[in-house]
Amino acid sequence: MPITTVGDRQIHVDDEGFLTEYSEWDDELAKLLAAQIDIQLSAEHWKAIHFLRDDFKAQGQTPTLRRVTVVGGVPTKDLFQLFPGKPAKKMAYIAGLPKPQGCV
Amino acid sequence: MIETEVAPALVPNFDDVTTGRKLAIICSKGNLDMAYPGLVLANAALGEGVETLMFFTFWGFDIITKSRMNDLKFTPLGNTATHMPQGIGGIPGITAVATAKMKKDIAAVGVPEVPEFLDQIVASGGHLWACRMSADMMHLERADLHEAVEGIISASDFIEMTDGAQLLFI
Repeated sequence: MPITTVGDRQIHVDDEGFLTEYSEWDDELAKLLAAQIDIQLSAEHWKAIHFLRDDFKAQGQTPTLRRVTVVGGVPTKDLFQLFPGKPAKKMAYIAGLPKPQGCV
Repeated sequence: MIETEVAPALVPNFDDVTTGRKLAIICSKGNLDMAYPGLVLANAALGEGVETLMFFTFWGFDIITKSRMNDLKFTPLGNTATHMPQGIGGIPGITAVATAKMKKDIAAVGVPEVPEFLDQIVASGGHLWACRMSADMMHLERADLHEAVEGIISASDFIEMTDGAQLLFI
């Protein structure tokens, strides 16, 4: 597994750059990761990110966009504004989780 | 003087969305099992930042018709992929049983019913268009269709607005 440096932190990532160690993540790292993809985290972003973290811990897999909306309570429209382009993957990246596997 | 080079952080490439990729999906079938592929692919494309336009025509009109969209059906008849004797498909009531089973299986994997799926696609930035000829043939008007349908347009209009798009015909 590659090790990369983000800010002053050394982290374990997969070949694309997604964090592979759940325990290496904290809010500070999330800010650094978000900055890498030009996102400044607002309260709305945090709500989604923390849902992803908790849901992954409970379910063992990264939630899909639909799940973030239906279970996490963040409207789909908002997710596309908060994490433009590829919201599911961007959220997963910032939350230090693998890309979601689900189709919907 | 010593120069130190810091390797750039390994960051996923999210920028390939800006290439202006566009996808047109033509939905021409009204069976439950033929409605979902278009909806799932539209949803996936939108999640990858691809501009997505859907055109509903002929039997595909059922997907966006208020009185039908909740009641799409699945029949094993003529479908060898069910691996059941074909005679079973013709028994009265089998369509209802097969439909209920498929709806249950779809819900079990967290995929919404058709109307809600359309809402999700529109909330993700997708565009829904209805076919003029189908509307005329079936005597349906704008008010008969799902609220998120942007309009009833001719096939030429759809072809024009999807200039340069990749196309899926389902």
